[in-house]
Amino acid sequence: MDISPDSVVIWEWKWVSINATILFTWLVMALLVIGSWLATRGLSAGVKISRWQNLLEILVVGMRDQIREISDQEPSAYLPFVGTLFLFIASSNVLSIVPGYHPPTGSLSTTSALALCVLVAVPIFGISKRGLVGYLKHYIEPSALMLPFHIVGEASRTLTLAVRLFGNVMSGTMIIAILLIVAPLFFPVIMRALELLIGLIQAYIFAVLATVYIASATSAHWEVEKKSEEKEGA
Amino acid sequence: MDSATLIGIASIVTSGLTMAIGSIGPALAQGRAVAQALGSLAQQPDEASTITRTLFVGLAMIESIAIYCFVLAMILIFANPFWRLLSAGAGG
Repeated sequence: MDISPDSVVIWEWKWVSINATILFTWLVMALLVIGSWLATRGLSAGVKISRWQNLLEILVVGMRDQIREISDQEPSAYLPFVGTLFLFIASSNVLSIVPGYHPPTGSLSTTSALALCVLVAVPIFGISKRGLVGYLKHYIEPSALMLPFHIVGEASRTLTLAVRLFGNVMSGTMIIAILLIVAPLFFPVIMRALELLIGLIQAYIFAVLATVYIASATSAHWEVEKKSEEKEGA
Repeated sequence: MDSATLIGIASIVTSGLTMAIGSIGPALAQGRAVAQALGSLAQQPDEASTITRTLFVGLAMIESIAIYCFVLAMILIFANPFWRLLSAGAGG
């Protein structure tokens, strides 16, 4: 029984081997890109819009409002990154209803890659918003003794992001495989429904946590203190 | 009792115990979190979206502890390195 789609090798030629993770990752990417391109071909700004444009607008506006609520900042800088995370993870989890499909997020490689993207994106957004010195200063913010805690905290945040998503998706596929041995058809259908729900929730959680980490790196503490001072003075 | 049997027994028993004991804490914690969230919703219904969102984020973080235990149990049963070492040594 394969614990991960990394070990399912589909095609091998000399030194190139395509395993299920690579194949299904590219499949999900192609689906998202081609679907979006088809839907945005004839965009109209009027009252009458096509169904697909309506769907994309609901998705994009929904994500933008969520980011604005959580981070309390202008969402347009973070929307591409966080939105891509959510859409990729949600599609790859929901597509697991298709027979013969191995979700690429069920492999620790994919989830580690996504978590590393978040790890790299947090300093990039922080430095672009607060400058290099301002961003580095927040590591010694309450006192210089907190520096090792901040560093270890960042590393463990990334690790838990990767393992949480991997564990949830892998457990869904593994439970289906085991249950199919025991009780065909009926009980696995219920577990499939649970797997879909958990997949969507985990996609949302991943995106929300990425937003929270980015927001904590880009919002300066002195802004918060200044606001509370103004409130006390007024 | 040779080492193969011993490793087999230890892996199975450990994975069962890991899953059993490891899910007590997260279950209790999630119960408390939901109870608090329901109380806050009853007190402040117009903050429902913030409370619900924070509840879900908190539940997911607590859930990940149980997921770690599950992953460990799965590794012990299906991807056990000691078992593979032993069966490779015996077969080869």
